[in-house]
Amino acid sequence: MTTEPAEGATSTPAADGDVLRVEHISKRFGAVTALTDINMHLAKGEVLALLGDNGAGKSTLLKILCGFQPPDTGRIVLNGQEVILKSVDHARELGIDAVYQDLALINQLSVYHNMFLNRERVRWPILNNRAMRREAKQHLVDMGVNLSSVDVEVARLSGGQRQAIAVARSVYSEAKILLLDEPLAAMGVKEAAIILDLVRDLKEQGEVSIIIIAHNYGQVLEVSDRVNLIQQGQITFDKKSAETSVVELTDMVVAEYRRALDERHRSASAAG
Amino acid sequence: MSETAEQRADIGVPQAGGPAPQGGGLWALTKRGGAVFIRQREATIFVVMVVLLIYFGFASSTFFSKSNITNLLSGYAAPIIILSIGEVLLLISGEIDLSVGFVFLFAPFLMHFLIDFYGVPVIPAILISLLLGVVVGWVNGFLTVTVGVPSFITTLGTGFILWGLTLTTSHAYPANVPASAQSIGKYLGSQNGGYVWSAIIWALALVAFFHVVLTRTRWGLHTIAVGGNLLGARESGISVARIKYGNFMICGLMGAIVGLMTAFYDNTIDPSAGQYTPMFYAVTAAVIGGTAMLGGTGTIIGALLGAIVLATLQDGLSILGISANPLNIIFGTAILVAMVANVRLARLRAAGRA
Repeated sequence: MTTEPAEGATSTPAADGDVLRVEHISKRFGAVTALTDINMHLAKGEVLALLGDNGAGKSTLLKILCGFQPPDTGRIVLNGQEVILKSVDHARELGIDAVYQDLALINQLSVYHNMFLNRERVRWPILNNRAMRREAKQHLVDMGVNLSSVDVEVARLSGGQRQAIAVARSVYSEAKILLLDEPLAAMGVKEAAIILDLVRDLKEQGEVSIIIIAHNYGQVLEVSDRVNLIQQGQITFDKKSAETSVVELTDMVVAEYRRALDERHRSASAAG
Repeated sequence: MSETAEQRADIGVPQAGGPAPQGGGLWALTKRGGAVFIRQREATIFVVMVVLLIYFGFASSTFFSKSNITNLLSGYAAPIIILSIGEVLLLISGEIDLSVGFVFLFAPFLMHFLIDFYGVPVIPAILISLLLGVVVGWVNGFLTVTVGVPSFITTLGTGFILWGLTLTTSHAYPANVPASAQSIGKYLGSQNGGYVWSAIIWALALVAFFHVVLTRTRWGLHTIAVGGNLLGARESGISVARIKYGNFMICGLMGAIVGLMTAFYDNTIDPSAGQYTPMFYAVTAAVIGGTAMLGGTGTIIGALLGAIVLATLQDGLSILGISANPLNIIFGTAILVAMVANVRLARLRAAGRA
């Protein structure tokens, strides 16, 4: 089952300055092929929107990029050097950090403990809460995240605030490549604005490269530099955000759906 | 506890509205103090404890005598307190240990076998018996974390095995505490002289130590993280297995400590000691002290207060000459009332006022 690149799909060339290149990555789970042949690149300071319908392979790709699971084939090239990501910790050491849909925040812990989770400041053997509280506060102010106190349990925060803290945490960990998994899912306009502003700020600073995984095209197009569309385990579309539109992207997804439907009809009539 | 009180108060105050309006005078101060107090997870159980102590103090002239207080604290409370430390850590990380009462049962027998049958010197024999608890904890961790059996089942199984091992090896007969162990044993628990305080002193020392571990170290923070959001903790790179193994091992160690302590305190090694009752008391103490069975929340100070409440009821009713038979009705009601109160208080806390 291969999907031919759709007509009109263009491709932006990979450059030497890319912080991340993904070459021919595939992944199967038993009989299911999640990723057939992924090729992708990301420049320094770039915001790449990775779009695709449910089940297209977005989450699988994300899990491979953050070291959660290895690909079956293919290479990941980081700053010109091939790397094998052994674990989430290893990927994080190399500067790749994912912000998950479920956020990996611990509801029962305070904002500052969450921001330093597994990277706690310690005056052995005791946690240096004062330093963590101060640094967390300062960092959130620097990032423009408004929060009256870093002592509140994150359970008390709104969806947008939680997402902002998760992003801030990754940035603070000196991540160079941020993977945001559905950062705007189930979020109100006001809430989403917190995140979009945060991404814009990071883009202006230009230190961090970001891959945003989403299926809400409109809002993501606003903040991204470039769009990749993933369909049936392949990147089928690669364009500058300014050169595409929500309509074009929607058409692409609908066209794929029609094609799949036709194929099913054809095989059904062939069998009958 | 004043430092934690202040810190929790910070968390409890709704921050969105800015600093609360400061009214002058003593009344405002009392009100603020009261508000801070009630937001403590341990507040409810603390009030219950004080009320019970006052009640029994008035009801019986001998309640506050030295012999009764040491009996209450060292005899009744200390074992529950120490076991509840292990259970709190496990419950917070999302697990439970039903086998700890059988470590309690087997550990002193092991010490007795080693000293009297194998000629092992006292100190190594005590250390090996304590190590037994750690090993049982490791096995519980292995079966639960690595093999993937729910801890309720794992520890049910290991508990039965330890029970059977104890009855088989001891032929279900009590044994004497080895004479050579007495000189060291009195520091672990004794009913004689000044050493009568040793059990409760150990219990309080362990509470202090593990309270700090839970609230002030990475281990404690990661324990809360693992129980609060298992997947999230894993994604953050926390070694979930290490935390759970460790807490099972701590819990097992607590069981062995209590086993030896009780043997020295009662001056006999009893094949009907330990088992399920003290384990359930420990879980009860944890729960009425504010530990959630769902993981992620709980305090060791709360369990300490919960254990003292249970011990006070046991001791107080017996000193009043009331039959111990209705005791379990009271305990059961206490668990239910505590849980309902905690759920309601948590809601109030979430709303920002209590």
